[in-house]
Amino acid sequence: MTETAAILPKAAAEEARRPAWLRRLRYLEPSNLLWILLVAALLFLVAVPIGKLLIVSFEQQGTGAFTLSNYATAYGRARYLEALANSLMLGALSSLLSVIFAVPMAWAVSRTDMPGKGFTWAIVMGAFIMPPYLGAVGWILLAGPNSGFLNQAWTWLTGLQAPLVNVYTFFGLALVIALHSFPLIFIFVKSALDLVSSEMEDAANILGAGTSTAMRKITLPLVWPAILGGIIVVFLETVALFGTPAIIGIPARINVVTTQLWQFFEYPVRVEVAAAYAMPLLLITVGMITVQKLLLARKGFVSQTGKGGERRPIKLGRWRWAVLGYCGFVGALAVVMPLMVLLQASFAKAWGRGLAWSNLTFENYAYLLFRHEMALTSIWNTLWFSAAAATAAVCIAVLVAYIVARKLVPFGSALAFLAMAPFVIPGIVMAIGFYAAYAAPPIALYGTALIIILAFTARFLPIAFANSAAAVRAVHPEMEEAARILGGGRLRTIARITAPLIIRSLIGGWLIVFIVASRELSAAVFLVGPRTRTMAVLLYDLSEAGNFEVLAAFGGLLLALTLILVAIGMKLAGRDFMLRRN
Amino acid sequence: MPRLTLKGLSKSYGPVKVVDNVDLTLQEGEFVCLLGPSGCGKTTTLRMIAGFVEPTEGSISMDGEVFSAPGAVLPPERRRMSMIFQSYAIWPNMTVAENVAFGLKLQKLSSADVRDRVAQILKVVQMSHLADRYPAELSGGQQQRVALARAIVVKPAVLLLDEPLSNLDANLREEMRFEIRRLHDEFRITTVYVTHDQSEAMATADRIAVMNAGRIEQVDAPHLIYARPRTRFVAAFIGRTNLLAGHVANGEIGLDGFALPTAQLGEAVPDSARPILLSVRPQSMALHRSRPQAHDGRPVLSAVVAQRTYLGESWDYVVHPQQSGLQLRVTAPPLQVHEVGEAVWLEIDPQQIAVVA
Ligand SMILES: Nc1ncnc2c1ncn2[C@@H]1O[C@H](COP(=O)(O)OP(=O)(O)OP(=O)(O)O)[C@@H](O)[C@H]1O
Ligand SMILES: [Mg+2]
Repeated sequence: MTETAAILPKAAAEEARRPAWLRRLRYLEPSNLLWILLVAALLFLVAVPIGKLLIVSFEQQGTGAFTLSNYATAYGRARYLEALANSLMLGALSSLLSVIFAVPMAWAVSRTDMPGKGFTWAIVMGAFIMPPYLGAVGWILLAGPNSGFLNQAWTWLTGLQAPLVNVYTFFGLALVIALHSFPLIFIFVKSALDLVSSEMEDAANILGAGTSTAMRKITLPLVWPAILGGIIVVFLETVALFGTPAIIGIPARINVVTTQLWQFFEYPVRVEVAAAYAMPLLLITVGMITVQKLLLARKGFVSQTGKGGERRPIKLGRWRWAVLGYCGFVGALAVVMPLMVLLQASFAKAWGRGLAWSNLTFENYAYLLFRHEMALTSIWNTLWFSAAAATAAVCIAVLVAYIVARKLVPFGSALAFLAMAPFVIPGIVMAIGFYAAYAAPPIALYGTALIIILAFTARFLPIAFANSAAAVRAVHPEMEEAARILGGGRLRTIARITAPLIIRSLIGGWLIVFIVASRELSAAVFLVGPRTRTMAVLLYDLSEAGNFEVLAAFGGLLLALTLILVAIGMKLAGRDFMLRRN
Repeated sequence: MPRLTLKGLSKSYGPVKVVDNVDLTLQEGEFVCLLGPSGCGKTTTLRMIAGFVEPTEGSISMDGEVFSAPGAVLPPERRRMSMIFQSYAIWPNMTVAENVAFGLKLQKLSSADVRDRVAQILKVVQMSHLADRYPAELSGGQQQRVALARAIVVKPAVLLLDEPLSNLDANLREEMRFEIRRLHDEFRITTVYVTHDQSEAMATADRIAVMNAGRIEQVDAPHLIYARPRTRFVAAFIGRTNLLAGHVANGEIGLDGFALPTAQLGEAVPDSARPILLSVRPQSMALHRSRPQAHDGRPVLSAVVAQRTYLGESWDYVVHPQQSGLQLRVTAPPLQVHEVGEAVWLEIDPQQIAVVA
């Protein structure tokens, strides 16, 4: 021991003899350089597109002179204002419907002895991973006013010609959206309910409150912030949604903000007006997310109740079958029925002819896979754009998360803020920002794969960051310090200790980004060129063409891809890896 | 040459000086405890020694070489120290043996050497049978042993421990306290041990450095820290005591209601007129029902019992000497029962009185 200890400090003595600035350089950690690079990357990905969007909204097309005329144009026609009002009403209606779907299910799964909880989970998961525009196509097949299956069955049963249901209505549109948004509220409310211990209700019971009084006075107020938070999220998702309103709303002549933005991008492209028109969307999102943060940060709600005591499921008696029936009903509407008609149509010569051997064909798939000029390319594009974006997002996110968590640089929280900022930027607004900033010369990325990958990276950075930050936080700094004091340098410590401890979570995060990127429509639709179409965009193109059999088959391909990815994710990162709340 | 020297060491976070001008010297093989209340800067001091925190003033040197000074900190990995953390920081992705082998592999030892040394140290900490377990499968005490083995196996020049026992239950804590001292007696590694538990410090340390508000108040052997506290804080923080303010004049210490000849005290008191602070431990006084023989001319005062608490091993009485405003705590054996309000005689042993200031 003595001899080893005696050799060592020589190094330190040499260090001490060097000039002070040299010593500083020697001890300088590479993290400072990295910090600068990360700031640059985040500015490029987040700040510049949004800044450019703001600037462009005040510029005259061509000259770039300051003007307010874009705003005058954007808000000068009744049709445009009506679209704005439609978006708000649509958001309100679909969040209301989502609450009606989700809250009873969440309560049943979390607090009661309802059977079939695994089945209910599967429904929620299914509704969550099914791309919303696919559900929209399914519902067109189900509830199209003339040939929709439900209406055909109705006519067959009653002899009446008038359709039973019509998807091409405002309510139809809201319903289809809600059927894919309710999982968000379900997740919020269930995790809040999971924290309410039976003892809290017992405490109310012992003071004389009956079961329903306890539920009204104790349980509901405790989860109310979660419900409200869920409503806000669904509202914002709906307002920013492009696919479903485009597929159902445009034929139904229901104009909303996102479809109106799309029209501003029809030839001749009016980015300036689109930028001005996108501002309310941005402001509403920023405002409501702030409200939500304030709501959930308030004291005295479920998050503060800590590890509640014992939890006993409420006995429902005969009612449990009724509750399960309700869950099944929602599942049928959201997942089972749309999927069945899509599958049927994808294998049909003509979907309206129903299930029959004479109607069966593999031609739709064969056409897409072997003869369609874009289908295979779009699959390949989707895979590699999503993989590249997921990789970039996770790399940036884990670096930022690590630097912030270990306080390696001053003002690390500014990095974290930039990484989280896209959370409050609707995808469609992000896309317009990217278009404004990078589509035209001098950068001229329009139609390239790069601009889509960058937009996806920016859009999903918050998901990756939340995931990485949680992973890094889970590694106690002493884990690393223990390695350093035993002789491991910072890089070796990261490679040998930190990386193995966080890699699983990072893979989980990578897969989530990959999956959401692979089905992303609104950010892609504004940025794709003829050769860079993704599956989601091509699916939208096909829906405009109106060939539902081919469309359904392509949807089948997209769904198969998603399912494979989700299966891999569940295997690697756990059953509920996509539903975890960050 | 001392092994480890802290000279004028300070650390400020913004305007707050959390470590303030600390001087401390450890000889080779010495075991020193940093003892102090929560938030007094123990961990910060230890982490400066380890190289995780840069000092704002002063220096740390080992074997005469400067390791840390403002602006120049040798990184932890080049200090040849090892450390045991409050959270143990056992790497959950490695087995017990891999955890212990980590530091040795970094020293580029041959794999046969690594295997031998790991096996040897695991035997010392009685963990051989669990070498292939993962940390999640170990109890708290076993994880603690792994942390000890991992830190000791590299034969560090200095071993640092930050409240290593605070996460263990009371029985295990006592057992591990002796284990740590046993390992120190076996390997003689120079050790800095941080704790806020005085009995832990007493049981393990060669010397205790008592810290308060970033400063070291006193460094001494455990029994001297107890018997001869040098500051008001140390006297009050270690054990229980009665602090009496008095005045020295003409070979006597004047206290509230009575006086003590300076010659009776166990330590010399310079005979100049000045205020003085005495620490009188409850154990250095006795209660009697009738006036005792005042042997050696010990002071005897008549007093009244004001309060009592039974502590199991002893009685804790608060008595009130007559013609005095003092309240004194006195310890008595379990069978010596006095009622509240009873008149008693209080005998003081001046040899055990400490002059604090
Ligand atoms: N990185 C930091 N930034 C600002 N203040 C700090 C930092 N680290 C420690 N402090 C402050 O320095 C003081 C001393 O902290 P330290 O951890 O050294 O105390 P301690 O003696 O180890 O206490 P404990 O017994 O609770 O572990 C505390 O008041 C703490 O709040
Ligand atoms: Mg501490």
